[in-house]
Amino acid sequence: MSTPISTAAPAPSRRKRGPRVPPSVLVGAALVAVIGAAAAFAPFVAPTNPLDVGTFDLMNAELPPAFMAEGDAHFLLGTDNQGRDLLSAMLYGARVSIAIGGGAVLVAASVGIVLGLLAGYFGGWVDALIMRVGDVILSLPTILLALLVSGVARAVFPEAGTAQWAPVILIGAIAIHEWVQYARTVRAATMVETRKDYVRAARVIGLPSARIMARHILPNVLSPVIVIATINLAAAVLTEATLSFLGVGMPPTYPSLGTLIRIGNEFVFSGIWWIAVFPAALLVVLVLGVNIVGDWLRDWFNPRRQAR
Amino acid sequence: MANTGKVTAMTVPSLDIRGLAVNYELADGTVSAAVSDIDLTIMPGQIHALVGESGAGKTTIGNALMGLLQEPGRIAEGVIRIGGKPVDTRTGRAEGIVPGKDVGAIFQDPMTSLNPLFTVESQLCETMRFHLGLSKRQARERALSLLNAVGIPEPERRLKSYPHQLSGGQRQRVVIAAALCCDPRLIVADEPTTALDVSVQAQILKLIRGLADERGVGVLLVTHNMGVVAEVADHVSIMLKGRIVESGPVDRVLGAPEHPYARALIGAVPRIDVKLDRLLAPSEENPSAAAARRKVRGAAGDEGGGAALDVEDLRVEYGGVPFLPGGKSKAFRAVDGVSFSVKPGEIFGLVGESGCGKTTVANAIAGLVTPTSGGVRLSGEDLASRRRSGARKALQMVFQDPYSALNPRLRIRSALAEPILFYKLAATSAEAAEDAAVLLEAVGLDRSAGDRYPHAFSGGQRQRIAIARALGPRPRFLVCDEPTSSLDVSVQAQILNLLKDLRDVTGMSMLFISHDLAVVRQMCDRIAVMKGGRIVELATSEGLFADPQHPYTRELLSFAPSLDKIARPPAPANGASL
Repeated sequence: MSTPISTAAPAPSRRKRGPRVPPSVLVGAALVAVIGAAAAFAPFVAPTNPLDVGTFDLMNAELPPAFMAEGDAHFLLGTDNQGRDLLSAMLYGARVSIAIGGGAVLVAASVGIVLGLLAGYFGGWVDALIMRVGDVILSLPTILLALLVSGVARAVFPEAGTAQWAPVILIGAIAIHEWVQYARTVRAATMVETRKDYVRAARVIGLPSARIMARHILPNVLSPVIVIATINLAAAVLTEATLSFLGVGMPPTYPSLGTLIRIGNEFVFSGIWWIAVFPAALLVVLVLGVNIVGDWLRDWFNPRRQAR
Repeated sequence: MANTGKVTAMTVPSLDIRGLAVNYELADGTVSAAVSDIDLTIMPGQIHALVGESGAGKTTIGNALMGLLQEPGRIAEGVIRIGGKPVDTRTGRAEGIVPGKDVGAIFQDPMTSLNPLFTVESQLCETMRFHLGLSKRQARERALSLLNAVGIPEPERRLKSYPHQLSGGQRQRVVIAAALCCDPRLIVADEPTTALDVSVQAQILKLIRGLADERGVGVLLVTHNMGVVAEVADHVSIMLKGRIVESGPVDRVLGAPEHPYARALIGAVPRIDVKLDRLLAPSEENPSAAAARRKVRGAAGDEGGGAALDVEDLRVEYGGVPFLPGGKSKAFRAVDGVSFSVKPGEIFGLVGESGCGKTTVANAIAGLVTPTSGGVRLSGEDLASRRRSGARKALQMVFQDPYSALNPRLRIRSALAEPILFYKLAATSAEAAEDAAVLLEAVGLDRSAGDRYPHAFSGGQRQRIAIARALGPRPRFLVCDEPTSSLDVSVQAQILNLLKDLRDVTGMSMLFISHDLAVVRQMCDRIAVMKGGRIVELATSEGLFADPQHPYTRELLSFAPSLDKIARPPAPANGASL
């Protein structure tokens, strides 16, 4: 009777101190790392410079990938409607997408952390004001709000559509929605920390509130923020792609992944599938990789996990 | 049938443990012994207390008996018999033990040991119907008689209550009723009164004693409180590092302990019946502590003869703003007109049961809560104008829970240097670091402690660090809010001695808040007793204990466990225990 019990028992999923990373996370992290590195070093990796109009020729437009019968060995993944090497355009495009996504996360996290700390630490009307504004913003869909922001920006500010200003507008349009999540998380954690004795001790010592928040509370509320930031990075890249696809993002002369997909979308039904499919595949792989890593980070930081 | 049952029950021990050892097998293959060589016999009707400091292994024994050992702990060897019935421990766990049926359990916190979603009736009846196979009506009748037995008023009505509708004492009574409901031979009570006020503690102890006598059930009482042991237990075993170092009848062990550790532990118990100059504590300090302490300058001495702290008609209300317009506005008055003054160099005590408002008074004085009305003046300076950092740094505070009192992400040195630098008491950060090191030595720690993070320290060490941090701004006044109530008794004695020494060297004044009358008696020059947000009696320490005036004070004193059985420590050898 007791034998089956003892054999069923040997060392149940007892977690060791060191992190045991599941293989899927390793694959996800590797994908993100490879795409990130290729994008970061695009000028050195890419066969051509897709931003330099002098390097491409309309005569090469819409060439299929190299492995197809009519393909040209110079253009591994074919060319787009203007004769740009698609692989180069994708690498440069991924660079733009990641930069805008990362920028949006950075802005949203900074704003959200500051507002969340203020709301959680002071409470009262400060808290009510910040959180109600956040509630109103969250009641609007991300894309709708981002369209609204970039639309208004373009109407007020004609330069907004240029390669120089579009990233700034995009970052703002995405961050205006995303900060609320950070603020809510940080606020909740701050409320817990504020009641702890070490914060009360700092108040009795007489330290100013700004210093207590920055030096004592902030380091203790950051771990959930890191998790949200990772998952939001994927969401921000997607939002940027969506906006560019809808035509309010990066201009065709300075394409992001979303812009490339939009251009390709016009040609899909004429059998020229590669302009849309390759950038889309890259986007999917990138977002998937980031999400896998983010999910794992969320589990890793979960206090219940450590309790087990 | 009841008769024959009784005959065997009186001769067979409720619990018999021989050579029990529990090991923790860690992931890297090392084995650490949590407890070893435990022999323990509890006869029916006996209360056997297991005392020791945290980490001594007393709870491990209780958990092993109830089959609640947590991985990777396993019973390595030993024989356990409960009510004569041997327990299978071959798998490393106590197999076949039915918690609730063979062993009843009473845990520390009555709030968390009842499920908040079920009524008292369903919690009691569920166990009985499951283990005893009673019908719904039989179970209900039995539940009623149990509630009567544990002294809950209006048991009919209480059956329908949810845990949150009961007071802490009533909840613990329900937990005891649940522990009794299947007539176990043995009850394991793990710190059953630690979360309760003294008055409730006295009632619960009386109840447990009575139940042991009437029902002939053996009780294993796990506790750290010597007063509780002296009050109810028949036998006591003193544990040190997983072993029982001394065991025997309470009168003998507490009255004339033989083992050096037992003697030290019993000597460290703060006495309510005599005032000692210093508590007997195992000395842990390095010789440089006294020298460093002299370097810690207090800002005291320039008081000009006035009171160090004046509290005048202090009132604090919570809430009061209705949630909806037109809703009923009912503020809770936590502090209701409290006035007292503390003389320079005095340790002023504030005692009372939980909820009496003593902590709110401390918070109001420290500026953590804004008083509704009334004033607090520190040597004549109004603390309401708190922007003036002069008054602010002159008053510092030590908190109850040493585990949350230190920022886990800050090195000790930075935590100590921060206030010193903030008030420009040191010119450079190197000087501040040196000051921090001196403070660490003054509280009996090593200078090198500054390099580490809080998690590297024990509770008592953390409380020393928290005291050092409070000393950083060179305060004239220290507010101590239950500074030792979460510490072991020997550590408590060390911390109390430390606070006294610091007072003697720096001449600062203290407000000392505690629920423990014995601790207050040892520490304070004058004592105020609080009840319901007011001070009901204020007297000198000796006067209060010798001749209490207010009925509530007398009541409180009568609830405190008597220490008559405990050996009086030898006359303190002129404070030379350092």
